[in-house]
Amino acid sequence: MTQPDNFGFGEEAALLKDSARKFLADNFTTDKLHRMVASDHRPERISACAWDRDLWQQMVRLGWTSLAIPESAGGLGMPLAAVAGLVEELGRAAFPCPLLGSLNATYVLTACGNDGEAALTEIAEGMTATLAITNAEGSWDLADTGVDSTSGQLNGTAYFVQDARKVDRLLVSARTTKGLSLYWVATDAEGVTIRPDAIVDLTRDQAHVIFENVQAQAVSNNGVAALSHAMPAIWTLLAADITGAAEWQLQATVEYAGTRQQFEHPLGFFQAVKHPLVDVMVLIDQCKSLVYNAACAFDTEPKRVAQFAHMAKASASECAAFASSRSVQSHGGIGFTWECFIHLYFKRQKHSQLLWGDAAWHRAQLANILIGTAA
Amino acid sequence: MSESARQDSPEQAEFRDYCRQWLASNKPKEPSVRLPLSPLEIMTEEQLSYLQGWQKSAYDAGLVGCDYPVAVGGGGRTDCQRVANDEMIAARTPFMPNVIGLGMAAPTVFHHAQEALKERLLPRLFSGQEIWCQGFSEPGAGSDLASVQTFAERKGDRWVINGHKVWTSLAHFADWMILLVRTDRSHKYDGLSYFVVPIRAALGQGVTVQPLIKITGETGFNEVIFENLEVDDGYRLDELGKGWQVAMTTLLHERGAGELQTPRSGGMKSKATHSSNTANLIELARCTSRNGKPAADDPLIRDRIMQLVIREAGLGQNQRRARVSALQDHPARLLLQNKLLASEIAQAIGATAMEVEGASASLYLGDDNAPAGGQWPMAYMNSYGMTIAAGTSEVQRNILGERVLGLAKSK
Ligand SMILES: Cc1cc2nc3c(=O)[nH]c(=O)nc-3n(C[C@H](O)[C@H](O)[C@H](O)COP(=O)(O)OP(=O)(O)OC[C@H]3O[C@@H](n4cnc5c(N)ncnc54)[C@H](O)[C@@H]3O)c2cc1C
Repeated sequence: MTQPDNFGFGEEAALLKDSARKFLADNFTTDKLHRMVASDHRPERISACAWDRDLWQQMVRLGWTSLAIPESAGGLGMPLAAVAGLVEELGRAAFPCPLLGSLNATYVLTACGNDGEAALTEIAEGMTATLAITNAEGSWDLADTGVDSTSGQLNGTAYFVQDARKVDRLLVSARTTKGLSLYWVATDAEGVTIRPDAIVDLTRDQAHVIFENVQAQAVSNNGVAALSHAMPAIWTLLAADITGAAEWQLQATVEYAGTRQQFEHPLGFFQAVKHPLVDVMVLIDQCKSLVYNAACAFDTEPKRVAQFAHMAKASASECAAFASSRSVQSHGGIGFTWECFIHLYFKRQKHSQLLWGDAAWHRAQLANILIGTAA
Repeated sequence: MSESARQDSPEQAEFRDYCRQWLASNKPKEPSVRLPLSPLEIMTEEQLSYLQGWQKSAYDAGLVGCDYPVAVGGGGRTDCQRVANDEMIAARTPFMPNVIGLGMAAPTVFHHAQEALKERLLPRLFSGQEIWCQGFSEPGAGSDLASVQTFAERKGDRWVINGHKVWTSLAHFADWMILLVRTDRSHKYDGLSYFVVPIRAALGQGVTVQPLIKITGETGFNEVIFENLEVDDGYRLDELGKGWQVAMTTLLHERGAGELQTPRSGGMKSKATHSSNTANLIELARCTSRNGKPAADDPLIRDRIMQLVIREAGLGQNQRRARVSALQDHPARLLLQNKLLASEIAQAIGATAMEVEGASASLYLGDDNAPAGGQWPMAYMNSYGMTIAAGTSEVQRNILGERVLGLAKSK
């Protein structure tokens, strides 16, 4: 199969992206975000998990959480390129919500086949979810987990669980005698304890989740296969989020460089400011193009999707790092304060940069595909 | 089916089939001489005539100038040059020698010349029978192009030209030159005018072409001296004093951001050619031994190569995305990055290739032991031509920062 020239990004996708951008611009300003998440500046604070549930419910009603769900399970079955367009806009707004987690769970559950259908239907009906598949080390190897399963009972701890306190369901990977299985667990189930992490990023919450004799139903007994199938979509969507956030960083910094004057010129006059901002733009565009290429491959060129998604997330991680670095530096002293909105995106991007594999990790995987594993 | 084939209009689809069939039986034979990296390093008549033969046959077959009107020697088609380019590149044909003609002179002449002049000049430009060069840069005017001093003085309905152009690629083979001159010393921009000049006909009679030797040891560019050269006013493009605006048409196309698609072929794979891309770099790393193992097994080299693979793929996908308006916020943002990215990526690939070769990267074309015939060090050196010519990378970053991001204009 080959990819359509327009990334499969058709009229419907364009409409969705535009309306999401407008919806967020109208309803969720950066000023509002700052008031909501940055009230406590103490370095020792425990993340507050502040978010706008009412606005989130409107998004659910707009159908955003069921875009990726196959029509057979009550969703809209939109292509990943369209979903990526929406996520790019959420990244631009840095809107705290469990959309990415729910989409991630959707792609994994879809890969589980029939056994995942009931859970998908729950998401289609408005339930939210997140992945609980990472161990204490933060290993991105899909076979690694901090949770064990013995005769349908889960014990252990999942780490680095994103937006855990915002969701209704967890998609947990656990080791069995036969390999790795996936389980669909309610966050309020007996034996589940959510321990919030104190994190840098103010726009997300994160937790480790403790399982003590939790009764659970498996949605897949071949967890590695289901996760491997879904991971390219998960990397691509995070890269889309990074793209949107980086564009916010670029535009905010360009605006500042146009107004702030030093040495009788706006900052943007000086090439030591101008040229790095152009390089930020170049990285954003590289990343964005690779995101839609990977998204399109997910639906039309499955043989090469892993390769393309590694490229997208490696590129996105570089982009997140550089856009963040230049956004703070080009603002000078004000960029170093809690009061300037720049720090919200800086922290979100540093979080995204490392999540689900940093640039070097993705490049190492890419090399294994393109060159072959080293002797 | 190729990526773009799916989106073809009926005209494009039919034309694509035609190109494919024609190319299947008309691909040129292996050259008997080493071909340079690009048309800008053509040094000998043998290289030129091989490449000219190819361009002529491609033009006669209708694969060059497809989107120009029939009256000026074009194919009269709509958005079909892109199709021909896809197919020529897929068929790995040689590149076309008349690059400056096709990429810069043709769109400029087309947009700014009188009808009769277009009809006279364009057919032989497209066929490659007449080679073109570009007389813009001068010893004192490079990045600050509008400060050119070569002067054209009016004499009835003729002009007398005096001055000194440098870095003039292909001038040693050129029949024609697009020439930016000053016609008024009191205005920097509005004092410029634009001519097409038959330079070959005037060699030794007002025009002197002297080769300049490049960093690689190759020739390919020249200095061109004008001493009281007389040209007819009919060779002026657009109005007097509008030279800067005309030059903008040229530069936009030179940087790959113009509206007329430049005919492009290339990618020929043979002993005679070299191309700085990551596929060749990976091949090199596989074949190069390091501590008894392939260099391609070294984790640092792998990481370096993957960084380049990603940049190269990103540029390819930028070009694809540039045709999807719903995925762009600014119409020129991607197009204006093309030249900057292509040249800097090629440079980084060349640099990495030399590191992969290690000590053997010291060996040049004349050494039988040089890996890949010594082409990588040559390609690396040549890559600076691309980051300097057509507006340096620094100038490109100024343009992007000012036109796309709206930052204050730098001096
Ligand atoms: C291989 C090759 C082929 C060429 N072919 C042709 C041709 O066919 N016809 C033709 O007319 N010209 C040609 N040129 C000339 C080319 O266009 C000029 O070399 C180029 O525009 C730079 O001008 P310059 O060499 O005078 O360098 P300068 O303008 O003197 O620049 C020197 C350095 O200063 C930097 N610099 C200058 N101004 C600024 C600024 N405002 N901001 C930041 N940095 C700045 C430049 O980026 C560069 O690094 C060719 C050049 C090369 C290398």
